[in-house]
Amino acid sequence: MKIIADTGKCVGAGQCVLTEPALFDQSEDDGTVVVLNRTPEGELVEKAREAAHVCPSQALSLEE
Amino acid sequence: MALLSSLYRLSVTSWKEVMTTTEKHEFPMARTCPFAPPTAYEEIREEEPVSLVRLPDGGQAWVISRHEDVRTVLNDRRFSADRQHPDFPALVEGEAASRRPDEERFLIAMDPPEHGPARKAVLGEFTVRRLEALRPRIQEIVDGQIDALLAGPRPGDLVETLSLPVPSLVICEMLGVPYADHEFFQKHTVKVIKQSTPPEERWAATAAIQGYMADLIAAKEENPPDDLLGRQIVKLRANGTYRRTALVGMGFLLLVAGHETTANMISLSTMAFLRNPEQLAMIKADPAKTLDAVEEMLRYFTIIDVATARLCVEDVEVGGQLIRAGEGVLALGYSANRDPRAFENPDELDIERGARHHVAFGFGPHQCLGQNLARMELQIVFDTLFRRVPGLKLAVDVDELPFKDDANIYGLYRLPVTW
Repeated sequence: MKIIADTGKCVGAGQCVLTEPALFDQSEDDGTVVVLNRTPEGELVEKAREAAHVCPSQALSLEE
Repeated sequence: MALLSSLYRLSVTSWKEVMTTTEKHEFPMARTCPFAPPTAYEEIREEEPVSLVRLPDGGQAWVISRHEDVRTVLNDRRFSADRQHPDFPALVEGEAASRRPDEERFLIAMDPPEHGPARKAVLGEFTVRRLEALRPRIQEIVDGQIDALLAGPRPGDLVETLSLPVPSLVICEMLGVPYADHEFFQKHTVKVIKQSTPPEERWAATAAIQGYMADLIAAKEENPPDDLLGRQIVKLRANGTYRRTALVGMGFLLLVAGHETTANMISLSTMAFLRNPEQLAMIKADPAKTLDAVEEMLRYFTIIDVATARLCVEDVEVGGQLIRAGEGVLALGYSANRDPRAFENPDELDIERGARHHVAFGFGPHQCLGQNLARMELQIVFDTLFRRVPGLKLAVDVDELPFKDDANIYGLYRLPVTW
């Protein structure tokens, strides 16, 4: 799986960071998403799916 | 110009009148049960999920009632958040007439391209990491208020001693607003959010808070302190976009939003935990579950119901229904959060259900800016309150509690508790 984040769409709600801080962080300047690990494996795959689902601006897409 | 716009409005009105035969319901609907949405919500959601309703001023709007459709509408820029637009759905009679389309928009009323940069300017203050650094201080504040509760009379009012002061102290400290002035905000905030406040009084209350905020910000300009407002002055000056009026609007919004919303969630959730001891036992046994419980409480109560109104600015189909430019919509979060398509047994309070996809904070680019602050405050309050006051119980029956049936933000005016 590959995580693709659209920082143009991102509204910095931080839902992805709450879902899995090992995968996501936020820019200190404007709060937009920073992907820490673009190719999650194992249990993190499900976390990436959850993060994409709860993202309010649908800024995360997943290439399976 | 004024004539043209009234002619335009007249023609829209006549067209809309043709449609009135299909209206079955009037909005907004008051809550009659603290634990369940108005019964009509389910009927609408199951029978005609996108349907026309009548507003207090005689206008119409489309109600969006299913979870999927609510998310779609709130994340589609063909729906505008411009609350000062003459055609924006008016939820209070006479409200449309008091709009001031030429006034500076608050963040919640901005559309692209204005909205993104304005939101991002302040977002750095609300990142998960940044808020995590506030945790020890929030814990201190919560402990201090619980000390006050325990030192006070029995029964005591949880709203007065805990629910209101905690978020209020936290947001005042973040913004750099003297807490000594909180009674002033409290008084005016209540007027801003009460449905029955006449529009002119609402403007006056808004203006009073804004006037205060303008003076406060002006005083911070010369030597900006290390608080949210001070840091915003420095940051916006550095990129050449600082304007005092814009920061006043932002400060107003954060102060008002930070006062009432979390307070109501603290009161309602505490009451719900006390009524559901088996759910309470789960978070006491395993505090790792408290954040899940917070999400479920947010979903279950959805204290802001029709705040997510929008104005359609380009024809779009939602849930099989064509919505035309110029028509208003009400994205009904409370109905979405009780939609069985998204939540199994939606009317049950179940902290283990996995409720994170609720829309209690809204959805899309306007989703609540302070949501992670609210989550942290609620988490700390519940963990601390039930640990330190294990014998906490309601001092009156639930049906004697004064619920805020008349406010735009649902909650409790008082919560008498004993221990």
